[in-house]
Amino acid sequence: MWKILLSRLTQGHRTVAYPDEPPSLPPRFRGHPTIDSTRCPEDCRQCVDSCPTDAITKDERGLALDLGRCLFCTDCTDSCPEGAIRFTTEHRMAARTRHDLVVRSGMIDRVRALDGKMLRLFRRSLKLRQVSAGGCNGCEADVNVLGTIVFDLGRFGIQMVASPRHADGLLVTGPVTENMKLALKKTYDAVPPPKIVIAVGACAISGGPHAGHDEVHDGAASVVPVDLFIPGCPPHPFTILDGLLGLLDRLGPDRTAPRGAQLTER
Amino acid sequence: MTEVLAIPNGHAVARADLPRLALDAFRALVIGAAAHRRRVSALFGVPPASGAPDAASIELIVVLADDDTGLLECASTVVGEDGLASMTPDCPEVHLFEREMAEQWGIRLQGHPWLKPVRFHPSHRPGHDAWDRPAGTWPVVGVTDFFRLEGEEVHEVAVGPVHAGVIEPGHFRFQCHGEQVFHLEISLGYQHRGVERKLVGGPGKRTIHHMETLAGDTTVGHATAYSQIVEALSGTRATPRACALRGVALELERLANHTGDLGALAGDVGFLPTASYCGRLRGDFLNATALLCGSRFGRGLIRPGGVAFDVDDGLVAQLQNRLSAAEHDVTDAAQLLWGSSTVMARFEDTGRVAPETALALGLVGPAARACGLRRDVRKTHPSGVYRMVHIPTSMAESGDVFARAYVRWLEIERSIDYVRTQLGELPRTSPRREPAALRPEMLAVSLVEGWRGEICHVATTDEAGRFRSYKVVDPSFHNWTGLAMSLRDQQISDFPLCNKSFNLSYCGHDL
Ligand code: SF4
Repeated sequence: MWKILLSRLTQGHRTVAYPDEPPSLPPRFRGHPTIDSTRCPEDCRQCVDSCPTDAITKDERGLALDLGRCLFCTDCTDSCPEGAIRFTTEHRMAARTRHDLVVRSGMIDRVRALDGKMLRLFRRSLKLRQVSAGGCNGCEADVNVLGTIVFDLGRFGIQMVASPRHADGLLVTGPVTENMKLALKKTYDAVPPPKIVIAVGACAISGGPHAGHDEVHDGAASVVPVDLFIPGCPPHPFTILDGLLGLLDRLGPDRTAPRGAQLTER
Repeated sequence: MTEVLAIPNGHAVARADLPRLALDAFRALVIGAAAHRRRVSALFGVPPASGAPDAASIELIVVLADDDTGLLECASTVVGEDGLASMTPDCPEVHLFEREMAEQWGIRLQGHPWLKPVRFHPSHRPGHDAWDRPAGTWPVVGVTDFFRLEGEEVHEVAVGPVHAGVIEPGHFRFQCHGEQVFHLEISLGYQHRGVERKLVGGPGKRTIHHMETLAGDTTVGHATAYSQIVEALSGTRATPRACALRGVALELERLANHTGDLGALAGDVGFLPTASYCGRLRGDFLNATALLCGSRFGRGLIRPGGVAFDVDDGLVAQLQNRLSAAEHDVTDAAQLLWGSSTVMARFEDTGRVAPETALALGLVGPAARACGLRRDVRKTHPSGVYRMVHIPTSMAESGDVFARAYVRWLEIERSIDYVRTQLGELPRTSPRREPAALRPEMLAVSLVEGWRGEICHVATTDEAGRFRSYKVVDPSFHNWTGLAMSLRDQQISDFPLCNKSFNLSYCGHDL
């Protein structure tokens, strides 16, 4: 007993002050990419061709990068001779629509909160049922981590629950395999309305590294309506937390550093 | 002894040199493996050449691991329309490999005691289906035969695919008499994403990303296994510095997962101090990996030819400091666990797997070492930095939850030492060398001791130097049946504890 109390003292208090204070992220963290199409030679398509998930397209307006497909690898930045694409350490990337995830320049807007009645219902208490539908356990692990003392999701009134019947919505990971399609649908149907769906990770948004396989359905939206998309492969726990809190209008005034302030060279 | 081709881990040979055995000789080789102290690391069908997807015959390749000599013995055979007599009755460790080849290539296996689908997908060879299912239909996952216990007061408990936690899907069926479990049957396939099939024709721009997400918690392990394959097939050597950094990353991956597992086990028996501390400490190890490469899971770090991120002295010092801090706290958390009699009462004698069972099933990794089986690829089939600097194999005897937990703890201590040593003496070479093109008509085998156990990749190339086949054997493939056996005669309420003590991968199994 004394040993436990002593450990309690030395192990200390470990919960982060997020969102009141900005998160500490490693310098090499690849968060929100920025694009500078003015650097692109007209006939260059190196990044477009290098992208494993076809997240980058190029037209007369320049480059467009779909965060919902992006694996946050370095294939495009490595291939680009001009440094037109760079990753910043900006972790905030969640969006309410698929369309909002497409970046041409600058950063995507802060996530829009739920409206009216939904916000009133869920703002202070949101119970989610997690469904992994082909997730590789990367996204699952970094969702799970929100439950640890470091993030302590419970302090925001957000909780992962064991049954869809107890849930206000689903948090889906994975590309939705053919073999999980029915289970996902049934789990969704079992959640009492009104309900929300959150797609976490490139897989759940677009199929991710498995997009286009015969065995998968390229994301949660193929089966259920999605209210929030959280990009990453996997998204950093802070990215997920930002998305959840933004949806619930719990972020408060934008106290953290301005978006894009922390450019990393890579 | 039958003719085999013996190669060390991470080597490639010409396909033409692979002995093609008569079916009987091949069967005898596999069945006799255990008696000759060999393990079955891989046994699989190779896709027919691209022009003949519905070929009448399928080539089988086996890779037997000899842990005494460190050699991998390879041989092949051809199976025609008649299929083959199942080897499972004489060699239980191939039971799932046989089910897999039946499912993938429609190979008929006579006398397999429990021939069911593994992942529930249509056959990859049109016109060939082991169960004569109609062509063009997708089998319904989980709809298959299950063992059933008959009798009064006997009942069946079915769990999943969707579980109560944040966890991947799988289906578990318990045959119970009251609280007592007579048998647990595990039916997977829900996570099947068709990765192996997509690897054929590669390497392409998605290949490394497929590898990194085969089992997302084993990114470094699988990416290293793949890189060794490319290096073997192209005749490229990863630089010494790359090998050392790969070792660092692999041990950090082990540290994060083992620490998380100790915490999860503590949580399952309601011992919250260790559960909370380890939950945080797991993240500290993941964050150390993120210091290296920006990703907590090591995405982007391991690449054929080396590593994509180098470290400087400042970063090394930072890593060392974090390691020391984490070492202090994880030691404290673990000692609390071992010092708690109530925890020990729950861990000891729960979920015991007998050494004979572990041997017969071909268990790998901590689950095998917890039963007294000395199986650790880092020691017996070392590649990369493990050839230069050895790491002691951590063992326990009792085969129960305690043993599986304790092996993890021993490995945590040793991995911390290993990382510290490696960081202290990083070779001053470049971190990466551009690999050459893959040589045509070759076969390569690569083993890596991931945190769950042996990861085995086997690739063959076609005449153009593209992957003609790519086989992935995740350690979970060997070990799921071990979990099922550990539940025999246990209380059903001990399932979560037993399950965590194995902590197997669903997607690594389902691919
Ligand atoms: S998005 Fe990436 S990390 Fe998440 S499940 Fe898919 S492959 Fe895994």
